[in-house]
Amino acid sequence: MKEYTVSPSPHIRDSITTSKIMLHVIIATIPAMAASAIFFSWRALTLIAFCALSAMVWERLCCFIMKRPDSTDDLSAMVTGILLAFNLPVTLPIWMAAVGTFVSIVIVKQLFGGLGQNFANPAIVGRIVLMLSFTSYMTHWVLPNGLDAVSTATPLVTEDSFSYFDLFIGRCGGCIGETSALALLIGGVYLCIVRVIKPYAPLAFIGTVYLFSAAAGRDPIYQILSGGLMLGAIFMATDYVTTPVTNKGRVIFGIGCGLITCVIRFWCSPPEGVSYSILLMNIVTPYIDMFTRKKAVGGIYRRKESREEKN
Amino acid sequence: MKLNGIRLHHHKNTAECETVNLPCPEKVILSMSQHIGAPAEPKVKVGDEVKVGTVVGDADTRVTCPVHASVSGKVTAIGELLLPNGKTCRTVEITSDGKQEPDPSLAVPDIHDKASLAAAVRASGCCGMGGAGFPTHIKLNYDEEKQHIDTLVVNAAECEPYITSDYRELIENSDRVIGGMKLIREILGIERVVIGIEENKPKAISLMREKLAGEKGFEVLKLRSLYPQGAEKVIAFYATGRIVEEGQLTYDQGIIVLNASTTGFIYDYSQTGIPFVSRRVTIDGDAVGKPGNFRAPIGIRISELLSAAGTDMEKVERIVAGGPMMGISVYDHDLPLLKTNNAFLASKREEKRPVMTNCIRCGRCIAACPLGLMPTEFERAYDRKDRDALNRLKINLCMNCGSCSYVCPAKRPLAEKNQLAKGFAISR
Repeated sequence: MKEYTVSPSPHIRDSITTSKIMLHVIIATIPAMAASAIFFSWRALTLIAFCALSAMVWERLCCFIMKRPDSTDDLSAMVTGILLAFNLPVTLPIWMAAVGTFVSIVIVKQLFGGLGQNFANPAIVGRIVLMLSFTSYMTHWVLPNGLDAVSTATPLVTEDSFSYFDLFIGRCGGCIGETSALALLIGGVYLCIVRVIKPYAPLAFIGTVYLFSAAAGRDPIYQILSGGLMLGAIFMATDYVTTPVTNKGRVIFGIGCGLITCVIRFWCSPPEGVSYSILLMNIVTPYIDMFTRKKAVGGIYRRKESREEKN
Repeated sequence: MKLNGIRLHHHKNTAECETVNLPCPEKVILSMSQHIGAPAEPKVKVGDEVKVGTVVGDADTRVTCPVHASVSGKVTAIGELLLPNGKTCRTVEITSDGKQEPDPSLAVPDIHDKASLAAAVRASGCCGMGGAGFPTHIKLNYDEEKQHIDTLVVNAAECEPYITSDYRELIENSDRVIGGMKLIREILGIERVVIGIEENKPKAISLMREKLAGEKGFEVLKLRSLYPQGAEKVIAFYATGRIVEEGQLTYDQGIIVLNASTTGFIYDYSQTGIPFVSRRVTIDGDAVGKPGNFRAPIGIRISELLSAAGTDMEKVERIVAGGPMMGISVYDHDLPLLKTNNAFLASKREEKRPVMTNCIRCGRCIAACPLGLMPTEFERAYDRKDRDALNRLKINLCMNCGSCSYVCPAKRPLAEKNQLAKGFAISR
């Protein structure tokens, strides 16, 4: 008798893989990388490359020490490294960036069980730790085109110092990847087209900031174009692992991020609130998931009975 | 409201392949378990002479229908067999005399009301020909006093890739299918008959529209080409807008769903009295030299079917009974054709399990599930053996369509886990 391989259905699989998804995200960051090179000189690219590389090194080391299968080939560490670099000012010393990627990869991701297990966005936590540890370095903004330029404030502090156009294309002070709304939007549209992300969370996030700013008497367009909002909304609030799994949950997540961002920006001491808002919403994500569970088609739900059964 | 679905490559290579009648095989092996439900008991002994249509197996259990001899000849063995679905059943082996004489007791059934229709359908050995194989008489076994059936849905969606056997039925035997629709409509007093066809079969849609033009109460429903449009609950929803709830059969919502080939068969039986002894089956796959559709007696060995389609059996590494999404792997090519097999796919490549990585919570499985279930949550709940959570998440509704496994970028075996979880959730 000839032996055949048997296996459970389905016998075909879609060609999408985790590494392909991550590759799409990396491709989507290319416009923002290009913008950073244009506005902040070659050092921006060096910093991005260093962060991406060091993140991969930490991941590999961690997998080796923790005796896990090597997971660098899924490219998720590279994505984290790039996104962390986007959150850094161009003048940041290299070794500090390495500390940032260490926190992101080792502490936030691998210590919690690796890809898919972390509850907070690694890049966001990396940024927050750097911000709190090296505040003066992390807020040492320079004006575009020149490392020697005098340090300046982020547009969020000095409202109305940049034109909408400058903000839109990214000709203003800030972290290397966050300034150009245009480049980030191109990346976001790309991710939507290749169906890696759905626009629910970004639209809810940006929309909430717009409406809240208008209601609070601030300039809403200035608010959505400045700071890390676009970067956070498009690349961080759409991270699969740390955001809700349903579309409804994603909208709630976006609205929550928008509200917290505005509250921090307008009434708290830090000038920027995007990263804190995403971190806080990351923490409540399991609860959002719990309350936005989908009802099965044709499912009959009897609350009381199931509770009685339990007792 | 729309139900979720996924886009697949159709691979309907055999759509234009006219059905070829296979010559009578030397012997057939008739499984006593042809479909979902209780198996039949052999009613013949070794050495008995049988003719085409002689009852060789039956049982008094509710969800069982008789098995008929598909060739004329002599019963040469009563054996046991492990079916691809993991069940062991008894078999009746008949060695053919090549004459194919019909049993003289076969007669055109008298169908005049619901009870006689259900009885005739049972006597014909009819079960769903679309794959799942629910004995058809059970679908007619509703309480007339309490339940009125207002819609008959004829399922010609054929949403699985490769399979074209229902499509060929529509093209070659459209009058049979329409005859079946009319017969059932008349007997059961159904107001509305809907035949659902996926939009990737425009020829079948236009043919049916043409033939049903001017007929009152008949509709041709063009379905989107989204897998699984042919799932019973899904097609019932698109035809009527009604949702078949947990624990219900479609007739509880006033709907009967019948596969197109089954409908055609019922009409044929009502006219000729020849029971379910043969069927059309699609043979395709990269190991098949001349893919096509074949009409063969039930119980013919799979290897004979594949060879008839020009397959070099030496090169075959994998055989799937049914479509690639829900079909069952076959462990031996000498297993017999069952009434529920609508296709066999043979491949030269061995099936390799893809490398599984961590779940990244992308939500693709949730966006794919046609019934709005959450496969990733099932997996977590099953891994921590949480029976209550599985029941709360409605694991019992999963129909194993495989969409979740198909879309998973981490290549997690979600559909497989769902089946395990389903068994676990009902075990106490």
